Amino acid sequence: MIEILTSHAFNTIQDLGRTGARRFGVSTSGAMDPVALAAGNAILGNDAGAASIEVQTFPFRLRFHADVAFAVTGADYDATLAARTIPPWWCARARAGDILAIGSPKRGARVYLTFEGGIDLPVVLGSRSTHVRAGFGGLEGRALREGDMVPVSRSTREAGGRFDFGVEPANVAIAGSSPSEDGVLHVRVMRAGEYDLFSTSVQELFWSTRWKISFQSDRGGYRLAGPKLTLAAPAEMRSHGVVAGVVQVPPAGEPIVQMSDANTAGGYPKIAAVIQADLWRLGQARPGSFIVFSEVDYREAVAAMTPVDDYIARLRATSELYRSL
Amino acid sequence: MVCRIYEAVVSINHPIAPFVGVIEKGLKISLIGTLAMLIEAPGDFDMVQQGRVWALADALSTWPNVQEAVVGVTNVMLVFDEPPEEISALSASIVELWHRLPSRKADGKVIEIPVIYGGEHGFDLPAVATRAGLSEREVIRIHSEGEYTVCAVASSPGFGYLHGLDPRIQMPRKSVPSLNMRAGSVTIGGMQTGIAALSSPNGWNAIGWAAVTMFDSRSDQPSLMAPGDRVKFRIDRIEL
Repeated sequence: MIEILTSHAFNTIQDLGRTGARRFGVSTSGAMDPVALAAGNAILGNDAGAASIEVQTFPFRLRFHADVAFAVTGADYDATLAARTIPPWWCARARAGDILAIGSPKRGARVYLTFEGGIDLPVVLGSRSTHVRAGFGGLEGRALREGDMVPVSRSTREAGGRFDFGVEPANVAIAGSSPSEDGVLHVRVMRAGEYDLFSTSVQELFWSTRWKISFQSDRGGYRLAGPKLTLAAPAEMRSHGVVAGVVQVPPAGEPIVQMSDANTAGGYPKIAAVIQADLWRLGQARPGSFIVFSEVDYREAVAAMTPVDDYIARLRATSELYRSL
Repeated sequence: MVCRIYEAVVSINHPIAPFVGVIEKGLKISLIGTLAMLIEAPGDFDMVQQGRVWALADALSTWPNVQEAVVGVTNVMLVFDEPPEEISALSASIVELWHRLPSRKADGKVIEIPVIYGGEHGFDLPAVATRAGLSEREVIRIHSEGEYTVCAVASSPGFGYLHGLDPRIQMPRKSVPSLNMRAGSVTIGGMQTGIAALSSPNGWNAIGWAAVTMFDSRSDQPSLMAPGDRVKFRIDRIEL
């Protein structure tokens, strides 16, 4: 059991998301940075889909009520366990009574706390992710708050494996993941269905602009501030399914990137879609920071996942080795 | 007159669109990243076209690598487990299937919804009546005598897009949404009517309220409505 001591807002239980229920109008939810989540689970030897605590407001504190191994991945934070510093992308074994405290990240937006054995809350429609808007999944379908008790599964492995090591963070290990020196995150996209409806000059504007992630951005989507991307004539669109990463342009011309909690349906012209290999990086981008888009084709987008998959596989293999030493 | 028989059919949104074939009317197929594909039926909205989309979604949802087929309004989005190997071949198979499949009728279950029209939760009824130039009772009569079809379930859990609203009582969505509309509110948005599945901000016009559970996350079939179902609103009570 884990007791939440400090949690201000918007911190929730998330796994890799709820797939297969879009046709019931249910958005996927799930970790905004699925690579950090997968890394935490790989380090601990958990199933890739084990649920975590996604922390996006700080400080965050919890108390362990039993001995349990855990990992902290995602944003670059300052963390302490029983007053001892826990470096970023680290795993450790907590003793009953230990307090884990996480301060504001120096880089990135979201920290993932994974626990050996995974969080033991009911699976709802195939996932433990919290669907806040509809009020199900996670812990009572809501954000965590002080006093909450979060159950952790008993690990099937024997206790005593080695748990005090760190791994290379995803943004370091996977080439091209970090914001460039000017602090601008480069995000690769593919063109989407209505790209050609925009004039050449508007298309050029889309590629050349340094977009600011507005402060009206959250797990549902990122609004981008910059020049207006307007259509010569309004496009009549019928409501259709969308997935995270799609860049839609409402009539006012301000693009919106749909993220984990996005509605299942959209009806605005789609200019582009962020590729899977970069969506997790966007999940770590903060409001107020800048992004630029660059174009890749389908084959490049598929190939871009190889270094991500390889990284997770490598973490799993080396962590396995480490724990058994 | 330019005959558009040979219009390019499958426009994959790829810098160099792979050319797939020549079909009489363009089904638009586009990718949303590497894991989703949107298939849009051509032409105006009608229930025959929507029925073809249901049939297509039913068939495609059984294909390998298709995680789910999400029905929209005259379109269907496929979500894949893995990026498909051959987009062009896949698109061609979908186009071929589209031309072969008969339209599915609205052959789902009939859902009867008892509505308390007007009153505390039907706060937009006077505005709808004013716009229609009808009495509130007339609006209620027209709405409750209609026969509606669930085109798609989307937007929020269990929310059905209902087709069949009488044009006389259509009413545009509000520019400023009502801040906290209660789940179960019976609403009109443009040419559609619906039942709010969640209590949340909502830009549709509330004309009544029904004590129905549109969505139950504990059930394997969590949504009361499914595409192809028919809906009838019955007057439970009128509060004017």
